[in-house]
Amino acid sequence: MQPIAWQISLVLMALVAFGFAFVAINSGRRQEDYSPLQKSAYRLRSRLFWGLVLVFGPAMIYTLFELPYDAARANTGAGPVQVVDATGYQWRWELSQDHVAVGQPVEFRVTSADVNHGFGIYDANLHLVAQTQAMPGYTNTLRHTFSEEGTYKILCMEYCGLAHHNMLTEIRVGAQ
Amino acid sequence: MATYTYEHIPDQGAKAGVLAYLATSAVVLLLMMVFGLLMRLEQAQWISIGAIRFYELMTLHGAGMVGIAAIAGASIMWHFLRQYVDLSSRIFVANLVLFLVGVVMILGSVLLGHFHGAWTFLYPLPGKSMGLWSPGAAALFMGGLLVIGVGFLLLHLDIARALVARYGNFSRALGWPQLFGHDDGKAPPPTVVASAMVTVVNVIGLVVGASILAMMLVNLYVPEFDIDPLLAKGMIYFFGHIFINATIYMAVIGVYEILPRYTQRPWKSNKVFLASWTASTLMVMFIFPHHLLMDFAFPKWMLIMGHIIGYLNTVPILVVTGYGALMIVYRSGIRWDMGSKLLFLSLFGWAAGAMPAFIDGTITVNYVMHNTLWVPGHFHTYLLLGMVTMVFGFMYYLGKPSHEHDDHLIDRIAFWLFTSSVLGFTMSFLYSGKESVARRYAAHLPEWVPYDRIASVFAVLVIASALVFIGRFFARIGLARHDYQRAPVARSVAA
Repeated sequence: MQPIAWQISLVLMALVAFGFAFVAINSGRRQEDYSPLQKSAYRLRSRLFWGLVLVFGPAMIYTLFELPYDAARANTGAGPVQVVDATGYQWRWELSQDHVAVGQPVEFRVTSADVNHGFGIYDANLHLVAQTQAMPGYTNTLRHTFSEEGTYKILCMEYCGLAHHNMLTEIRVGAQ
Repeated sequence: MATYTYEHIPDQGAKAGVLAYLATSAVVLLLMMVFGLLMRLEQAQWISIGAIRFYELMTLHGAGMVGIAAIAGASIMWHFLRQYVDLSSRIFVANLVLFLVGVVMILGSVLLGHFHGAWTFLYPLPGKSMGLWSPGAAALFMGGLLVIGVGFLLLHLDIARALVARYGNFSRALGWPQLFGHDDGKAPPPTVVASAMVTVVNVIGLVVGASILAMMLVNLYVPEFDIDPLLAKGMIYFFGHIFINATIYMAVIGVYEILPRYTQRPWKSNKVFLASWTASTLMVMFIFPHHLLMDFAFPKWMLIMGHIIGYLNTVPILVVTGYGALMIVYRSGIRWDMGSKLLFLSLFGWAAGAMPAFIDGTITVNYVMHNTLWVPGHFHTYLLLGMVTMVFGFMYYLGKPSHEHDDHLIDRIAFWLFTSSVLGFTMSFLYSGKESVARRYAAHLPEWVPYDRIASVFAVLVIASALVFIGRFFARIGLARHDYQRAPVARSVAA
């Protein structure tokens, strides 16, 4: 997901840059009568508007189909759901178990005993694969099925004080 | 449909109060930039200041930058709005005095009391420091924010009074008769429409912000007065999102006012313009759940609303304000100088920054990018290359010695240095976000350090170019008070 977000952002930012550069380059010679320019610019703006609607609209709806909140995510793997209770403390994580099976859905029930924390799961390449907030008084259910074995890191994703950056633990993902 | 022609409005010098606002903003901005650089150098492992000092600087950097963005934006809005409505200079100055009192309280809280709970003061962190700061230090910090908020509330109430006195009510100030009825070409000018919008949203945002601050202050000393952390978070982000976005909506008034003077073309409040500002009024208030997308306990419909409004919110920025600037500059014969270049660049920065921002507001993307460096990546783009660049453009406009004056070589070099280094700096953040580098970490994992080093180099260059801009502003501050023509006449108009 991250490379896609990066590439789309780059393309869109480059398009914006192209528009501004094009106008800056074509700003030197004045077209005295602004009215015809305005009319054609308004026509182009309408097309731009509908272009945005046609591109962004479906993207906005399509990306709503697989939300991390849905319980259906627990059914993405094979076998019964593995439940892991995770509690954040200043500045450590407490997990009910530190190993889970690969390919089998995991339900992390995440909460906090003190302040806001963020429960971020990083793979062996240090890429964030899933997260939810850990908040006192609430339990956020994070459903994830690990597709690869290995040792994953749990990092804190919400600033929680002095040792926020050291609030780290590991979870092993192994064969079923 | 009404037709619009350009009507020349003479350039006016700034009141002493406006210059005091800008001078305060410039000094604090530089200091906060240095704090930001120190944070990046620490992450790059080129200096060693320790975690406490890092998080203290982070707290000051956040509060300070939001504060000066608001002060600088307010100065631009006030400077132009007073040309249409009768504003109180005393309240304008009172806001600055309250701001400075708040700044002293925040500095005392952080530097003497060692408060480092971040500018977002997420409940219940200010009251749970693990003994690293006292309740008094937390109270001083939140009290400082409250004092600053009271100042801005006073300012907006005065603006509300002036708008109602001139236009009768807010619906007219927002141009609703022309938006929903016949466009007779007599809608209020963009400055009035934008100021009315900012006043509506900021009054509501500030009241919500003051409410949660007051609740948390009580909770510090009476812990039995319990607060729901999710409610607190929602209120904080509601206030915070509105307040920081309002700084851009205030500063963009400078673009609406100054670029037409350079191009001799109108920037009028037509139906599309009015519709976009009315839509933005609503969207800026209802978009805040996009900060809470990873709070699964938050009502799901509100999270989806945040996702949808994140997409819709890009339309007014791209199609109305960004496109509007392109329209009046295209084949205008504009004579580029530092003021016009920076203002034009600022709209690029705002529009470009909105792209990674709305992508981050996509729930499935936020799932793997929330609270990574992607977030400061996008907000530094639209705040530093957008909002702050608008302020620099306004400073150059005010201090321009005459409409025929040519820019110095050093300013022209600084412009390109600033443009390229801010892009490098923000791209370093965005790329780090793509690589999942977590946000607000005093120390980074070894794999992340190379990105920090690249960002640090760009940060030094950003500060060097900002020094030129700010130095030039102070060198010309005496000129900024006088009324004379600043904007050069476009090419063939002059012939």
